[in-house]
Amino acid sequence: MSAARAAGLETADFEAMLTYEDELTPRILDGIAQVLERPRSEIMEDLGTYLVSHPDFEPARRLLRFGGVDFEDFLHSLDDLPDRARLAVSDLILPHLELRKHAKGQFSLICEPSIAGYSHVVMGVLRVMADDYGTLAMLESSGCGHGIESLSIRVVEASYAQGRDFRLGAQAG
Amino acid sequence: MQITPEALDILCPMHLLIGPSGQITHAGPTIQKLRRARAITGQRFLDVFTINRPHTMMSVSDLRRATNVKLHLEMRDPPKTALKGIMTPLGSAQDDLILNLSFGISILDGVRDYHLTNADFAATDLAIEMLYLIEAKTAAMEASRRLNLRLQNAKVTAEKQAFTDTLTGLSNRRAMDVALMRLISKDASFAVMHVDLDYFKAVNDTLGHAAGDMVLQTVARVMVEETRETDTVARVGGDEFTLILPGVRDDDTLRRIGNRIIERLQEPVYFQGHACHISASIGTVRVHADQSRSAQDLLSDADLALYASKHAGRARHTFYTPDLRRTFETGEAKNDRGRQPV
Repeated sequence: MSAARAAGLETADFEAMLTYEDELTPRILDGIAQVLERPRSEIMEDLGTYLVSHPDFEPARRLLRFGGVDFEDFLHSLDDLPDRARLAVSDLILPHLELRKHAKGQFSLICEPSIAGYSHVVMGVLRVMADDYGTLAMLESSGCGHGIESLSIRVVEASYAQGRDFRLGAQAG
Repeated sequence: MQITPEALDILCPMHLLIGPSGQITHAGPTIQKLRRARAITGQRFLDVFTINRPHTMMSVSDLRRATNVKLHLEMRDPPKTALKGIMTPLGSAQDDLILNLSFGISILDGVRDYHLTNADFAATDLAIEMLYLIEAKTAAMEASRRLNLRLQNAKVTAEKQAFTDTLTGLSNRRAMDVALMRLISKDASFAVMHVDLDYFKAVNDTLGHAAGDMVLQTVARVMVEETRETDTVARVGGDEFTLILPGVRDDDTLRRIGNRIIERLQEPVYFQGHACHISASIGTVRVHADQSRSAQDLLSDADLALYASKHAGRARHTFYTPDLRRTFETGEAKNDRGRQPV
């Protein structure tokens, strides 16, 4: 609520299935950053982590897991993520993502975000998903400019640990 | 052109080869998972599966006639998984048959019952996308359902507020209008009772609004206590109330209710040690079934009866009669003061 106030809003109530004006998101993020006294990029990464690790959002994690049988397969599926999201909710428009493979285990992910710092959200998501697949991966922000943000991803060990269980058909109705 | 069984396993992991005598000679890797207890290969096809459509098949010759059409099958053993398939002769000998199977609409049960993974489906199979869609749509639907529930609750609360007088908790004028319209549209028999407080202004003027508010709350409680659950008690103005009483059979009942209300409202209400004395004047109109009167006429009649009560010295209860209106109208014409009913 104090973050909403810092953002100059009267309410902190938002509905996931309703559409709000684009300019609200950065305002709220700045509000949170101000109240928590932490950089906005960290807040955004935490947001990404939260979206795929909180039990309330288990469906989101599962839907991402459908993208690939292993972490690398999953990384390649990110290209289709906006299309997949639109399949689920027709007016859910996610920023365009593009994976480039440079060498074995070396990737970069290019984001064209509508909200500055979106790549940090993606980074938070990818860190959790790497754990989910049991993969040891190093992720870092590798720059932004001209409306493009990029991440560099290095897969150190594909089967580093026992990943989280994923069974087809385990969740849905 | 020769296609190897290994190639078939990759392209169609849910296929079966059926030999000339109706034995299963080969099963794709995914189909093998459907029967773990006993190897599927070597068994008679019709011992493992039943074909329900296009028609029941009992023999190998039946099978041979069922090529190149869509088949609906079922596994004989529990969980009796439903499958669809298509069968065609393999090679030129026409002796061997190849049958390719799919879960069709029972895909979700299939993957659950047999613990199937991505690797169990051909890369071109839409099964995984189908499962993804089912889950995505279920999640989106669930989110929408929760949103609808919240909006519905908010709507109910807002409606309740919109039909409630905040000070007394009684219905308000809008709620009274709705109740009245409902009874009129049903051609029901009912009564409308206008209650106007006497000497209320004096309480407000001498003891203040807090005292006035307390009196109004007491009045509201009395009127709710003296009426039935099915009656509507509404505060329609500062110190004006309207009671709608459906299905009242006789004037005596109404008279008793009205007199009880007047009697009880005359009991003093104490505010900070000060006694507040009020009373009430009442005008009542009865509507008989199928009388079809407009709401406006009814309320005007009740007003007129109320006016008569006030005029006769307050703390009275008057029933509307057509005579009352004639008297009123001639009286109005005579003294020509353009008086309006209260």
